[in-house]
Amino acid sequence: MKAKKVSSPKAVAPKVVTLPKAATGIQGLDEITQGGLPAGRPTLVCGGAGCGKTMLALEFLVRGATQFDEPGVFIMFEENAAELTANVRSLGFDLDKLSKQKKIVLDHVHIDRSEFEETGEYDLQGLFIRLGHAIDSIGAKRVVLDTLEALFSGLPNHAILRAELRRLFRWLKDRGVTALITGEKGESSLTRHGLEEYVADCVIVLDHRVQGQISTRRLRVLKYRGTAHGMNEYPFLIGERGFSVLPITSLQLDHFASRERVSTGIPKLDEMLGGKGFFRGSSILVSGTAGTGKSSISARFVEAACQRGERALLFAYEESAEQIVRNMRSIGIDLEPWVKKGLLEIHASRPTLHGLEQHLVLMHDMVQRFHPDVVAVDPITNLTLDRDDSEVRATLMRLIDFLKQENITAIFTSLTTGGASTTAPEDSQVGVSSLMDAWLLLRNVEYNGERNRTIYTLKARGIPHSNQVREFVLTDKGIDLVEVYVDEDRVLTGSARISQQERARAALDLAKQSQQRKERQIASKRKAIQTQIAILQAEAEDEETELKFTIAQELLRQQTAQKSAQTQAALRGGVITKSSKPAAKS
Amino acid sequence: MKEPDPSRYVLRLFVTGQSVLSNRAIVNIRKICEENLAGRYELEVVDVSKHPEIAVAEQIVAAPTLIKQLPEPLRRFIGDMSQTERILVGLDVKKAGT
Repeated sequence: MKAKKVSSPKAVAPKVVTLPKAATGIQGLDEITQGGLPAGRPTLVCGGAGCGKTMLALEFLVRGATQFDEPGVFIMFEENAAELTANVRSLGFDLDKLSKQKKIVLDHVHIDRSEFEETGEYDLQGLFIRLGHAIDSIGAKRVVLDTLEALFSGLPNHAILRAELRRLFRWLKDRGVTALITGEKGESSLTRHGLEEYVADCVIVLDHRVQGQISTRRLRVLKYRGTAHGMNEYPFLIGERGFSVLPITSLQLDHFASRERVSTGIPKLDEMLGGKGFFRGSSILVSGTAGTGKSSISARFVEAACQRGERALLFAYEESAEQIVRNMRSIGIDLEPWVKKGLLEIHASRPTLHGLEQHLVLMHDMVQRFHPDVVAVDPITNLTLDRDDSEVRATLMRLIDFLKQENITAIFTSLTTGGASTTAPEDSQVGVSSLMDAWLLLRNVEYNGERNRTIYTLKARGIPHSNQVREFVLTDKGIDLVEVYVDEDRVLTGSARISQQERARAALDLAKQSQQRKERQIASKRKAIQTQIAILQAEAEDEETELKFTIAQELLRQQTAQKSAQTQAALRGGVITKSSKPAAKS
Repeated sequence: MKEPDPSRYVLRLFVTGQSVLSNRAIVNIRKICEENLAGRYELEVVDVSKHPEIAVAEQIVAAPTLIKQLPEPLRRFIGDMSQTERILVGLDVKKAGT
């Protein structure tokens, strides 16, 4: 039988020839196994009760039948066909329809020890015949046996059973079907009856743990002969669209780094970041204590993205979607039209609803479905309640890496505990800050009877950024950043800043006025001097005129005297003039 | 339907092809019936390898399987029918321990 190699579109398989694989179509699992389960060979899936073995097996079969054109046979030992069909209908798997289309055969193998008697030697040929018949009837390429171990409780002779199981696995390989066998977890072994000894090719372990009253499902590929695979435990989820494993994206650190910049939606904040905002695809941490404006910044960021026509996802863990829309409107951010347009989706849920991993798987799911350009998580700290840090870090890293790989710009808000001034902000960040490309620190500054918000770019990889603390103001028209006043080594904000501004303005006014007065004084003085000059000039002119008059008078008298002297002389000389003047005698 | 006769046995033996176990079971059960239920039994031998749908319908897993359909209650026996005592007790032909 030909095994079809279907590699997942995202698989980053090394360039070596690996075993042919049968893609499961299950989100994330194909990435971990680098292509799927070993084609034409049996795989064992084991785990405790209720850990999702049947779901995994069934989804493997359904996706094989619907997506990869590989019909499948589901042999169930515990549930009957009707029960199983009903159970998975909620996940959108219509087994009735698939059965009618001859894509799937369901067979319930019922074996009840109380109903029969052993009367000598036997084998399980009946099971083989049924299986063979089912495979042949639809040309099945995939087979699920769920849970084979039920045979151990049904059949008392385990020696026969073990020999038959060995034969069964060989038979399955000979038929070339990709088989998935589930097994119940044992106390000291992987499966209660040691099924792992028959299945040597691939073993997947599922686990369901409850920690702090929050359950988390995990998957691990324990063994995969002849191929590389992720060795870690990966959280998974059985969600609305079936099984979903948070995939391995952190194996590589080779994501594409965009040079494109994305505005924060706050022009002055962009200015602090070299005038252009963050890089597309970067992860931004916005941290601060309660009420410092983290949500507002992330909401504005989301709104700005929508205004650019981009798609945005907002994960809210504190407020409901309605509440966010209402509250953000009070600071001039209107998210509603974008929600209606389908550009924005707000997912609000209680952080305690799932464990961190489950949340991340959910986010992962939604991101893959919605294809956003921008993702906001508000706040990420709520997801990490009661968790030990190393685990949180590893899980968050996966999410961040995933978003980076998708070139999605992500903004995470983080609530810092304790007073902003008493603990160093670096201490309270679950060790995630190193995963982030940029970190905006919001702080409340209390001074003079009021608290004011300040913002500071703690880091921004690859972006020239301001080292200044700015005051961050929320108004009904939106978010604005204001230059803070530095006064006697203290940063002034709020009303202190305003009063300082006022004082400065008053001082400036005063200085201006006194200068004007001086100018006026000088002007009038100049005028006075000019007047005086005019007076003096007039006086000088007067004197000059006087002087000229006196000179002219003198000249005239001299002329007259000369004339009379001539006349007298003439008279004395014999000429008698008509007039004789006694005065002239002297 | 005829009135059910409480002493009348309806047995079906499901075998899988011409295997050693199949043949042995057929021989054994025929002998048991002839020796203990002569004249008041019906024995049908079904080869499920030729009729796999019957294997599904009758929930055959182990082979050979003998099903006692009548008299009620229905009982199943698996094996090559070599343990005659157990079969006779199971068929209520013989009381346990006698």
